[in-house]
Amino acid sequence: MIKLSHIKKIYETPSGPLQALKDVSLTIEDGDIYGIIGLSGAGKSTLVRCINMLERPTSGTVEIDGHDLTKMNNRQLREIRKNIGMIFQQFNLLSSATVYENVAFPLKLSGTDNKIIEKKVTSLLQLVGLQPKAGQYPSQLSGGQKQRVGIARALASNPAILLCDEATSALDPQTTQSILKLIRRINEQLHLTVVIITHEMQVIKDICNKVAVIDHGVIAETGSVIKVFTEPQEAITREFISVLLSDELPSAFRNQPISPTPIEAGYLLLRLTFIGENADEPVIMRLIKEHPGIDVSILFGDLDQIQMIPYGRMIIGIKGPQAAVTAASKWLEQQDLKAEVIGYVKRHNDAVD
Amino acid sequence: MSSDIMMLLIKSLGQTLYMVIISMLIASALGIPLGILLVTTAKEQILQCTTFNRILAGIINAVRSIPFIILMVAIIPFTRLVVGTSIGTTAAMVPLTIAAIPFIARQVENSIKEVPYGLIEAALSLGATPAQIIRHVLLPEALSSIISQLTTVIIGLIGASAMAGTIGGGGIGDLAIRYGYQRFRPDIMLITVIILIILVQLVQFIGNYIAFRLNKK
Ligand SMILES: Nc1ncnc2c1ncn2[C@@H]1O[C@H](COP(=O)(O)OP(=O)(O)OP(=O)(O)O)[C@@H](O)[C@H]1O
Ligand SMILES: [Mg+2]
Repeated sequence: MIKLSHIKKIYETPSGPLQALKDVSLTIEDGDIYGIIGLSGAGKSTLVRCINMLERPTSGTVEIDGHDLTKMNNRQLREIRKNIGMIFQQFNLLSSATVYENVAFPLKLSGTDNKIIEKKVTSLLQLVGLQPKAGQYPSQLSGGQKQRVGIARALASNPAILLCDEATSALDPQTTQSILKLIRRINEQLHLTVVIITHEMQVIKDICNKVAVIDHGVIAETGSVIKVFTEPQEAITREFISVLLSDELPSAFRNQPISPTPIEAGYLLLRLTFIGENADEPVIMRLIKEHPGIDVSILFGDLDQIQMIPYGRMIIGIKGPQAAVTAASKWLEQQDLKAEVIGYVKRHNDAVD
Repeated sequence: MSSDIMMLLIKSLGQTLYMVIISMLIASALGIPLGILLVTTAKEQILQCTTFNRILAGIINAVRSIPFIILMVAIIPFTRLVVGTSIGTTAAMVPLTIAAIPFIARQVENSIKEVPYGLIEAALSLGATPAQIIRHVLLPEALSSIISQLTTVIIGLIGASAMAGTIGGGGIGDLAIRYGYQRFRPDIMLITVIILIILVQLVQFIGNYIAFRLNKK
């Protein structure tokens, strides 16, 4: 377990002290893939570097399995760092060493026997799918391959924790997917605790089980990914999510004024969110059956998965006699799903069906 | 050309090589570690010790700012202390070495500074000690660049060694002055110039080649 308590980090800069982290507390359980998301300059890198003490917090404690790293001397820190692998956005491979030598590097540092090194490096290269590249230099590899070498190197000393600082930010979307898959496989096979720093909600959604949103050196929100996705509490979180979830209305409704009260010839718009089991329920069908007086139009729909849990979103418009519309809206709110009233909107006059 | 002159040329060339090679070796043995210290003891580096760093940088700058011809004469007592005499080829090596040390230190410093800090961080994250970082990260990563820089130092030393004639150091440069200039032998002057050019080209070529082969970037 990684436990950060009341971490503060102040950088002394020419223009005065800069508070990069302001009282950050986080608990990361064993086996978590814990995402930390924030905008540029939010303090993500500073935070993750506090976990292995590449950056010493100005105050607060960093505990790993109950041992406080802030109280350790350099020698103890070097020992514990062997238990914490780290990968970087810029890969940080030795350009003068081959793939094999890069992966062997941590083992060489701890004076491991060459025979054992060879076995270990071979199996790691196999794990990351780079065996044929053993003799090549990093400059001969693609970005994705370089990060695989970075991962193999980080795993060489059998760490229990893997820190990833923007590990996929320099990669294209497809390569990002393959690296994330590899990280998840490692998390499952080797029971590694993974901490992922990113500014992309997609990465969090694809691989993390828990997430912390950091904003200007403060943790704005934490929780399970599905919870934070479906019930974001903070504006900054909603902003990150909105990048992923386009819920654009059809052009006939776009840019129309939204009224909280019924309007003449208006549609009542509702945003429905289905999570897990209820994603399969035929709610719309029942809505129409039980409320014969109304028209229901589906304006937007999207089905996705977060953490293998089906997650559907829909925007519907209801039109009809006011009493029936209100009843339908009430009925929806009683169902096993999240129904959120957006408001009453008119179609564009010039819009055609 | 008479065989006398031939012998003279070979002897002078031998003296030049002797002076340059030995002083280069000794200066490297001292200058490279100093260059490493210049980088690693600076602020926020792995062996941070800013007071030491400032003093070292000060001394290095001071020695570098002394023109070689003056340095040679100024340290005569020291030279006598070290090699027992203040004239001759061996004596000339002392000022050559002293002049080369700060030169090398600065060049090595520049090379090592080019190693991205991310590599040091990666090594730190793997639990490397400062000594391991120097040995396994800084030196191998900067090696190609260090070789290029040292090539420049060697060429500088070949030039400086010509001045060593003033204290009886001998060598190609000395031959050029004594025969070519003072005894009005333009043929010898020409030959010494050609030899110097070839020597410098050769050093540059070999240096470039090794640096190129070592560079995996
Ligand atoms: N060594 C340093 N000295 C001074 N200020 C620093 C230092 N490192 C980071 N900062 C400052 O601390 C703040 C947080 O930086 P940090 O690198 O943690 O942000 P980040 O969230 O990782 O951003 P990015 O997404 O751009 O990497 C920034 O304002 C940054 O300028
Ligand atoms: Mg960062």
